[in-house]
Parts: sequence; C-alpha cells; structure tokens
Amino acid sequence: MADAAAIPTPQDYLQQHSRWRPIEILFWLATLSPFVLFPDYLSLASQIAITALFALSLDVILGYAGVVSLGHAAFFGIGAYTAGLYSKFVWGEPLTGLLVAAAVAGVSGYAVSFIIARFRHLTLIMITLGIGLLAHEAANSARWLTGGTDGFEGIRMLPVLGLFRFDLYGYTAYGYALVVLFVLFVAVRRLVHSPFGLALRGIRENWTRMPAIGADRPAHIRKAFTIAAAIAGVAGALLAQTTSSISLESISFQRSADVLVMLVLGGAGRLYGGLIGAIIFMVARDQFSGIAPQYWYFWIGLLLIAVVIALPNGVLGGLSSLVKKLRRQS
Amino acid sequence: MLAPIAGVLFDGIAYGMLLFVLSVGLSVTLGLMNFVNLAHCAFAMLGGYVTVTLVNDFHWPFLATLPVAFFAAAAVSVVFEQLLYRRLYGASDLDQVLLTIGIAFVSVAVAAYIFGTLQQPIQTPAFLRGSTQVAGLSLGNYRLFLIGFALVVTVLLVVGLEYTRFGAQIRAAVDNQRMARGLGIDVNRTFAATFALGSGLAGLGGALAIEIVGLDPSFSFTYLVYVLIIVSVGGLGSITGSFAAAILIGVSDIAGKYYVPEIGAFLIYLVMVIVLMWRPAGLFGRR
Amino acid sequence: MSDIALATRGLTKSFGSLAVARNIDITLPKGMRYALIGPNGAGKTTLINLITGMTAPDGGRILLDDNDITPLEPQVRVRRGLARTFQINTLFPGLNALEAVTLAVCERQKRTDAFWTRLAGQKDAIEEAYDILQRLRLGQDCYQPTRELPYGRQRLLEIALALATRPKVLLLDEPAAGVPLEESGDIFEAVAQLSDDITVLFIEHDMQVVFRFASHIFVLVGGAIFAQGTPNEIANHPGVREVYLGKRGHG
Repeated sequence: MADAAAIPTPQDYLQQHSRWRPIEILFWLATLSPFVLFPDYLSLASQIAITALFALSLDVILGYAGVVSLGHAAFFGIGAYTAGLYSKFVWGEPLTGLLVAAAVAGVSGYAVSFIIARFRHLTLIMITLGIGLLAHEAANSARWLTGGTDGFEGIRMLPVLGLFRFDLYGYTAYGYALVVLFVLFVAVRRLVHSPFGLALRGIRENWTRMPAIGADRPAHIRKAFTIAAAIAGVAGALLAQTTSSISLESISFQRSADVLVMLVLGGAGRLYGGLIGAIIFMVARDQFSGIAPQYWYFWIGLLLIAVVIALPNGVLGGLSSLVKKLRRQS
Repeated sequence: MLAPIAGVLFDGIAYGMLLFVLSVGLSVTLGLMNFVNLAHCAFAMLGGYVTVTLVNDFHWPFLATLPVAFFAAAAVSVVFEQLLYRRLYGASDLDQVLLTIGIAFVSVAVAAYIFGTLQQPIQTPAFLRGSTQVAGLSLGNYRLFLIGFALVVTVLLVVGLEYTRFGAQIRAAVDNQRMARGLGIDVNRTFAATFALGSGLAGLGGALAIEIVGLDPSFSFTYLVYVLIIVSVGGLGSITGSFAAAILIGVSDIAGKYYVPEIGAFLIYLVMVIVLMWRPAGLFGRR
Repeated sequence: MSDIALATRGLTKSFGSLAVARNIDITLPKGMRYALIGPNGAGKTTLINLITGMTAPDGGRILLDDNDITPLEPQVRVRRGLARTFQINTLFPGLNALEAVTLAVCERQKRTDAFWTRLAGQKDAIEEAYDILQRLRLGQDCYQPTRELPYGRQRLLEIALALATRPKVLLLDEPAAGVPLEESGDIFEAVAQLSDDITVLFIEHDMQVVFRFASHIFVLVGGAIFAQGTPNEIANHPGVREVYLGKRGHG
C-alpha cells in the first residue's frame, strides 16, 4: 500500500507506536474541565478518576495479560481499609497512606498470584471469584477491624503535601485523585510499551507459545498481577481518603463486576479503555440514579450483550475500526 | 425432637439434592461445549416463575407444573442458543461470561418488572407438607420428596447417558468432537439438545427450589455462585462429580450455618478455592 | 562436550490404556538433519511434546547435549537450546511479525523482566529480529498483524520464532503442513538454509522432502520406533513399505 520510501525502519515503527498522540494530550487537558465547567460535580469527578484508576489496574492483568479476574475488588478494598487504618492509627498524611496501601495490596496480590498464575478458563474464573468473595466475607466478619456493614469510622486526613486541605466542594479531592491517576497512568503506559508489556500481550495472544519461546509465563503473570493489585490498592486508598469513609461495597462482587463492565465497555487492552468506560458508566449511573437498581442492571445487561455481539473491542475498538475503515476508503 | 447432627445431615442432603438438580445441567453443557453459561440460573428462575404462575394464578397442582417448568426453560434456552450462544462457541471465556451475565441481568429486571421483588410463595399439595417419622426422626416431607425426586433424575440421567443413542452421542461429542463429527454425529444438534436438557433441568430445579429457599428475582445470581462452585469442584461434564460436590456443598453450607453462623459462606468459598488448587479440573473432572 | 545433540532413552507415555510412546530410544548426533515419519496417529507430535516438556512422560529420559533435561520445565529447555515449531500455527494473532520475533529475542536475552525500559529502545534485539525475518523473506510483511498474513507466511513465522531462541536443536512439526504448493518452496528453502550448528528433526509426510533433506530417518508406528536408517535403507525396507506406503505428495 505505502510506497517503499514511506516504510519505516523497525525501530522507528516501534517508536512511533509508543509516542504520545495529540488526542491523548487533549484527553488529559479535558480532564481539567470539571474544575471550570462542572464545579458542582467535583465529587463525582473524583469518583470517576478513582474508578478509572481501578479500571486501569484491571486492564494490566485482564486487558494486557488476558488473565480474567472476577475478584479484583479484593485489592481495591484491601487498599481502602489499609489507608483507613493508617490514617486512623498511624498518621493522616495522604501520600504515605497511598504508599502503605499500595504495599499491602501489592503483597496480597503477590501472594494470590502464585495461585492464579497456573490456571485458565473456568478454574481461573472461579478461583478469582472465590478469592474476591472470601475477601468480602473476611471484611464482613472482621467487624472490629473494618466496621463491617456499619462502615469504617474515624478517618481524618491531613492536607495533601501539607498545603491542600480536603475541602467540602471537592477541589482538593479531584485534584489529588486526578494527579495520582495521571502519574500511575504514565507508569502503566510505560509498562505497556516495555519488553515486559510485550510479553504480557504475548501471553494474551497465545498462552501456549510463550513457554515455547523460552518465556517464564508464571513469573510474568505474577508480576503483572502484583502490579495490578498494588494500583487497585492505591485506587481504594484514594476512595477512603477523599470520602473519609469505607463501606463493604468497596470489596464486594458488585465492584468487581462493575469495573469489568467498564473496562470491556471502553475496550480492554487499549490503555484508555478503562478510563473511557469509567467515565461513560459513572456519568450514566449518575444521570439515571433515580431508577431502581434492577432496572439499571437491565440496561447494563443489554449493553453487555450488545458489546459482546457487536462491539467486542469496546468503544475504543469500535472507534479504531471505524477510523481504519475511513482511512481505507480515502 | 430432631437429633441435631442427623437433622443437619438430612437438611444438608436435601439441599444438596436441590443444588444437584440445579447444577447438573451446567456441568454437562460446560463439559460438552466449553461454554461458560452464567445465565444458567436465570433459566432456573424462569422455571420457578412458571410454576408460581401456574399454581397461584391457574390453580394447577404443584406436581403437574414440574414438567411444564422443565419444558418452558428448555424451550426458551433453545431460542437463546440459536440466536446468541451459537455465535460465541469459539469465543473467549471473557466474552461468554459477559454475554451470559448480561442475559442474567436482563432476566432479573424482567422478573422484577413482572412479578415484583418480593418472594413468591406457593401452595404445595398436602402430602408434601408436614413431616414423617422415620427411625425416631421427624423428616420433612417436602425434603423427602426432593431427595427421592433428585435420585430418580440422577438415575434417569446416568442410564440415559449410558444406554440411549442420544446419550452415546453426547459422550462421543464430549470425548472428541472431531471424531464424533467424522462418525456422522450431528454435533451441533447434540449441543443444542443437550443444552435444552441442561436448561430444562435448571428450570425444574428452580421450580423445586421455591419451597426450600424461596423465589425472587435475585435467584439468578444468588444461586449462581453455588452452582458454579459445584460445577467447578465436581468437575465439568461429570454427573457423579456434580452429585458428590452438591452433597458436599449442601451439607457444608447447612452445617456451617447451624454450627458456626458467624463464618457464613466463608467456608464454602474456602473449600472451593482449596479443591480447585488441588484439582483444577474438579474432583471428577478430566485433564 | 559430546557429539550427541539430543537423545531419548526409553521414553514411554500412555493416556489411559492408549500407549502413545513405547520405549522410544533415539540418538541424534550433532549437525545433521533427521526425519520422523509414520502413519497418522503414530505419535510423532506426541514425541515432540514429550521431548519439549509439554507432556510429561511416564518413564524414560531425555538428554540434551548429554544433560538430563527430563525434570526441566519447557521454557528452561528452550533456554538450553531446544526449540520447536507447531504443526498447527501457534502464533500471536494480534502481534505483528516484528513484535513477535522481537519478543522471542527479548525473552532469550531476559529483557522481558524490564517493565521500565522502552521496547523501542532495545535496538539490538529489534535488529536481530528484523534480520531473522528478512532471512525468511518476511521483512516486508513484518508490520502486519499475524492474523492478516497468508497461511504460508505464517508457517514461515513459526520457524522465525523458533530461530529467535538461537536453538541448538530444532524440532519442526510438519513445517509445510497445509501450505499451498506455490508457497511451500519458501519453507523448504528456509529449512535448507538452516545453519549446520543447528541439529534439525522434522516430521514430514512428503517422502520427496524427506529424501531431499534427511540423512537419517526414524519411522514411528503405534508409538514405537519401527525402523530407522538412511533414506536408502528405509526406502528398501520391506516392513516400512508394508506399514507405511510412502505418500508422494502432501499428506
């Protein structure tokens, strides 16, 4: 198709594909808009940022490595409760709280990763589901630690960097969540474009071929799972810190399922899929918050069916196919 | 006075039998088609609501509604199989999970819309109410019926699989699809028929469940977890496996709730994770 | 340092009552080309699966360069220099050829542990990958997703992936299987160009190919070595003719 002069050298080709595109810059600039355009919705915006970070963490393990996890909220919840306990009993400083939550969630993820790295298909689905449910039951039973169904009490946050106090309008909350999201996004972006990222995609594209080219597949999966758990932990911690509350919902199957829906909606394995999915899902949920839960899930159900049948790569996948089609015609 | 252990065992076994009827269909279709159908309990719920409608609105006797529940669920499943499931037979696990979860979500909403969110009680015939004295124990009649019924279903399934032509076709297709096709077995039709059978059994289970656990729109998900646990612990495609796992889970759950109520469902999930780690294909699964 | 690249001693495997490998003893001195032939279902691919570690044997040993590799995981065997291709394309559909071969090179060099460095910065790995692709005439297609490549090119990519691991022993499972006649020439040329440092064992049904490339032939029937020898010996072996009437043309 392209003439010989336009074919890039291999290294250039790979470089081009990892460069920041103008539309990405636009996206991140647009994330600043709530400060100016929707100041009444800042708390929703920070929820979206937090959920987007959670979806991004799931993308690492599910979108890129192809490991289906139905229990990822376990690490979100672990991060949330860790941050809550840290602020209540140790120090209310937010950033160290994030680090501690990431560490605890990461270590938990590392432990679990030894179990899940060996399995696929239904066994994997059931084990991840089981672990998520176990985490929820544990949090429910350990009322003395987590507050159980009554929720966690006693979170008092100090100002971020000593300067930005968490205000009632949500300016600090959103700014804080957004910055953390962006920083971790850049890190994940880097991971995805690294040799390790390529190895993860290899696992997703062909599980069997990886050992045949000398890859230590379980080690790769464990590493990805640990990183995904740590990032999920940060997202949970952000929720605890910005809302000063934690409920069992943060470690529930509902949360695991919702984030999966968001990621698939936006398009898994495309970096921005989780972010886009989170935005669409949470804005829609906010707009339709009046209707009863089972009717909300009616539309989610239809959406899932539609996405699987018609848009298997989510919104971003659909857009990308559309762009390719238009390019071919021109 | 019901001696606690015997009573717990009896209730656990009865509950396990119910779970078996609910699960066996999924085990067979999963083992046969490798298709993760998370809408399985939605078909069960459908069967349950068919029975509720026939008994409460049309005054049918309970037992007469059971075959209708079976066939209604089977018929609806055929429609779904032809329209949607068929497209995803080769698709990834995730796609199958998402599609069928979507169907389950829709079923919950539709059930809530038509029947409301409250539990639907039904009137069971007189001989199924109350209890019978057996060896000094007072055993609930409905549970006795459930155990007997489930055993009959098990025998029919095992005999059917071993001795009928259709059963042989299923076994052949489970063992080696390519070879089965080569032998002239219409594998697609076998899939469709088996899927209908499995969903029909789910519908039957849903109808039977009303009296034991109650029926409301959340049934699609509440019991899905148990069914999935039984299927994965028992082993895909294994009737014996589902039977054993169902009894194990049924008794563990009832015993757990009786002796250590604070633990709740923790024990069940733990048992599942441990069994799967030890035997990823399930207790009686292959590969 | 021995002369034997690969050997199996008493390799045995059964699936239930079906014996797929019966006491298989083969010895492959270095640098030569070996063919493994036999009727369908004889257990040829199973033998490759046993040697590479994809299937665990019930008994017997596998020796790579005189080292017992039987207890080793498949990826460790690859690192020791044992590579294989698959009879049915086992490629990375969503990756392009460049990414796929670069991945194999990076795995070999253990660079895939790095999640902080840029893939595009691995200049030598990328160059090596591109070099392999060009030698197999895949250079101009290397930016296309693998799933869009014609079948024959995919078969070549199978070989490219194996070569990227710098094997000392290469097991090719029907390298030209399913490839239309016009394209199979590329594949056999690729096989012919393989360096003499690599010991090659290939499964093949086409006897012309076998006689062209192999210096020693193993005939596998019912999971056991039925006969072995030079092409002449095998061609004139009465038992082989009876059991396996050599198919002329693609299987």
